Amino acid sequence: MDLSNFLLMRHEVLLLVIILLLIIAEVFLSQSKKSSIVHLAIFLFGIHTIIGFLSIDYGSLFGGMFHTNALIQFFKNILNLGVFILLLQSGDWLQEKIVEQYRGTEFFVLLFSSLLGMYFMISAGDFLMFYLGLELSTLPVAALAALETTKRISSEAGIKLILSAALASGTSLFGISMLYATSGSIYFNDIIEVITLSNLTILGFILFFAGLAFKISLVPFHFWTADVYEGAPISIASYLSVISKGAAIFILMILLFAVAKPLMPVWENMVYGIAILTMFIGNLFALRQQNMKRFLAFSSIAQAGFILLGLIIGNQLGTATIVYFVLIYIFSNLAAFGVVQAISLQTGKENMKDYEGLYRTNPNVSLVMMLALFSLAGIPPVAGFFGKFFLFTAAASEGYYLLVFIAVVNVTISLYYYLLVVRAMFLRKSDNAIPHFKSKIYMRLGLLITAIGILVLGIYSPLYEYIYELSKTLY
Amino acid sequence: MDILSLFIIVPLLTIAVLVFTKSLKQARVVSMIGSFIQLGMAINLVFAYLKERAINQDIMVFTRDLVWFEQFNIHYSVGVDGISVALLLLTSIVVLAGVFISWKMYDLPKEFFISLIVLSIGVYGFFITIDLFTMFVFFEIAVIPMYLLIGIWGSGPKEYSAMKLTLMLMGASAVLLVGILGIYYNSDADGGVLTFNILEIAKVNIPFEAQKLFFPLTFIGFAVISALFPFHTWSPDGHASAPTAVSMLHAGVLMKLGGYGVFRVAMYLLPEGAMDWSWVFILLSVIGVVYGAFSAIKQTDLKYINAYSSVSHLGLVLFALLMLNKTAWNGAIIQSLSHGFMTALFFALIGMIYERTHTRDIRKLGGLLKVIPFISVIYVIAGLASLGLPGFSGFVAEMNIFVGAFQNDDIFIRVATILSVSVIVITAVYILRVVGIMLMGPIRNDSYLKLERVTWFEKSGILLLLIPIVGIGVAPLWLSDMILESLQPFIQGLL
Repeated sequence: MDLSNFLLMRHEVLLLVIILLLIIAEVFLSQSKKSSIVHLAIFLFGIHTIIGFLSIDYGSLFGGMFHTNALIQFFKNILNLGVFILLLQSGDWLQEKIVEQYRGTEFFVLLFSSLLGMYFMISAGDFLMFYLGLELSTLPVAALAALETTKRISSEAGIKLILSAALASGTSLFGISMLYATSGSIYFNDIIEVITLSNLTILGFILFFAGLAFKISLVPFHFWTADVYEGAPISIASYLSVISKGAAIFILMILLFAVAKPLMPVWENMVYGIAILTMFIGNLFALRQQNMKRFLAFSSIAQAGFILLGLIIGNQLGTATIVYFVLIYIFSNLAAFGVVQAISLQTGKENMKDYEGLYRTNPNVSLVMMLALFSLAGIPPVAGFFGKFFLFTAAASEGYYLLVFIAVVNVTISLYYYLLVVRAMFLRKSDNAIPHFKSKIYMRLGLLITAIGILVLGIYSPLYEYIYELSKTLY
Repeated sequence: MDILSLFIIVPLLTIAVLVFTKSLKQARVVSMIGSFIQLGMAINLVFAYLKERAINQDIMVFTRDLVWFEQFNIHYSVGVDGISVALLLLTSIVVLAGVFISWKMYDLPKEFFISLIVLSIGVYGFFITIDLFTMFVFFEIAVIPMYLLIGIWGSGPKEYSAMKLTLMLMGASAVLLVGILGIYYNSDADGGVLTFNILEIAKVNIPFEAQKLFFPLTFIGFAVISALFPFHTWSPDGHASAPTAVSMLHAGVLMKLGGYGVFRVAMYLLPEGAMDWSWVFILLSVIGVVYGAFSAIKQTDLKYINAYSSVSHLGLVLFALLMLNKTAWNGAIIQSLSHGFMTALFFALIGMIYERTHTRDIRKLGGLLKVIPFISVIYVIAGLASLGLPGFSGFVAEMNIFVGAFQNDDIFIRVATILSVSVIVITAVYILRVVGIMLMGPIRNDSYLKLERVTWFEKSGILLLLIPIVGIGVAPLWLSDMILESLQPFIQGLL
């Protein structure tokens, strides 16, 4: 093995270098210039994102522990793009609130470590690497959730997240050990060959599934979601709901489609049930939420339920539609969280009632929010519609018409609460509406990118065709 | 650039210009110019179509096909036949009249006109496309601006009505989506490839089981927007709360999407399912016809009267479509057009009366014929057209429908037909009642003596709508010919 093989790990190595650079910069920056760490980090990560798109070889490393292919690289790029937008949207918040408390570098180091964990998780070729990645991606987020130490609710979110996450990864590990017991290996390639339908395998698989379902916040493993989202800083809630969820869905998809293919009769039914539960619980709980972060938390639970419609069919079409949907979902949800962030940063208000009359004072953010909500609700011609339509098409291709029917009923329910926000912003008039404000350049750039993404990603069909081509080789 | 895609591009350009307008004056002028161009294009299309039809015997003409999502075989694919040409003309007239009627939209004018034109894009797109996916996209684009249009610029319980309307119509489109997916996955039944193209699917014999399963989903999905009986409740509330131009567009054009979709998709692609299920929907549509008319008698709010009358008239359209013969179908389409012009005219007049008297309650109105004669006379004319007086479009439509319906010798259909025919009398009751109370009689309120005269933009809007009503009534044959020709492939689908 020569050193150039490490180029396969380009994403990981680069990100690690960025983390180290930031730590070094922290040491050499004088107190008065601490806020420039934000510019530096965003700049470095921007370059990292761009380099990620350059073409590269694919293959395995460390005897199959680490593994990449075109689809995995592409998905890492999607994650990069998401994190980059997220950094833009939180740049102002970091400069105004966090850097003052001398925690700017911590934020970036923790966030990038978590992202690094996700890289390893989705590139995993065996369960050991997978587990390490899972832990590395979760633990820093718990620290990030508790970043706003001046707020009690933030610490509460951190504790809640770490306790639930520990339990979930413990469960997962227990499941993995059972799979190891039946198959005699932790390498995915070996397991594919020997896995059969035995009771112990199924039990192990279910426990393992539960651990990942926690990260995706599928019902009934969703209880932490709303509380953590509400307590954590908005950037972190946003990160949890898009990046963390997206990565977990991707690795779950790889494991179900490639590794646990022989168990399909089992997980098909499981996914079917969980999809229905997740959609209904997420949507019904979202109906009455007043706090925008809790609102988006339940909406993101419901969105995860829709993704399961692509998961259930277990083939190339499923892979393509899921990756496509996740990409669009990242843009839509980031736009929604971005607006919440912008308003919260200016006024500290986070409730739906505070949004009344927003359009008349702040038309631009209201329009971005409306685009995001329409995209989440799946209304054409914005991107969310295409994502959802293709997921439903995927599910229908295997004859799951009843499930599609239940899903479209849920789309209608979800439309109700998305329209509630539109109603507050556009229909209502309010005397104490949020006064006109102007966000700084980072935030505006972040919202602009997401808005363009929402408008373009759906209509621009070559993107989907490209993802479909990549999906040929899942693992 | 083909002449059909222009129907999408011109409104898009209008919106692009509207974004930069600063005041009501600019916004309305831009919208008016845009809508004028649309109307010109629609009229041009009629002549171009007639010319093309003489030399081209395809089912759809002016076709253009671009691959959109290759993997799902989704195309951007357009084409028109006589039915869609007629409906495009209807749309462009009603949109232009709507712009005239909204001449004094002081609150957020730019946003209002943009929403209105987005809605019209949905409608135009729906009528020109021959690809199920694209059709579905345009269908939803047409529905969603209604939420903002009613919610922001409406009156009365506008938030409630807007939410009810949007949820019911989007719920219906959700059901429709399942139906469309069902059709799509059965479009390879003859060993071909999966396709969304309507003309391709029509050639395929979709298995009877699938037709039976997906016909009701597709039918209900479209028919809700045509106010099919148990799902009509959004319509009176929605119309009553909506601002005038939106009521016009909605009743005049948007509700036509339902009949058109039922015809073009549900019945054309799933003919065996249609025959199997027709009795259920005949029953529902006849209930709608009778129930709508009786409800209209009871109402005192002018907009509710018209909304229920729309339920009744569009029930008749669905009823006629289910009769499965050419004469009734011809009637159904003429009824769609005629109702589109009439209702739009009615809502425009109601809007003008409301603007002057600040009430829509007929008990408080009276003697308007003496103070605002122009509006009142046109109201009488529209009313007479609505109850099917010969010489107006309503007569041509209903005549065709009932003649076609009587061609079925099935006893169930006979009874249903007789019931629907008798509704003509009830229609006369509620129309003449309004005319009697509101237009004749003593002037109930002294302030009515000083009502403002009709302005030029109001007159333009009214005349735009009145001309086709009389035109179709006096010279229906060219329209009938154009439609009848286009019905041929539908008949062949049934055999």
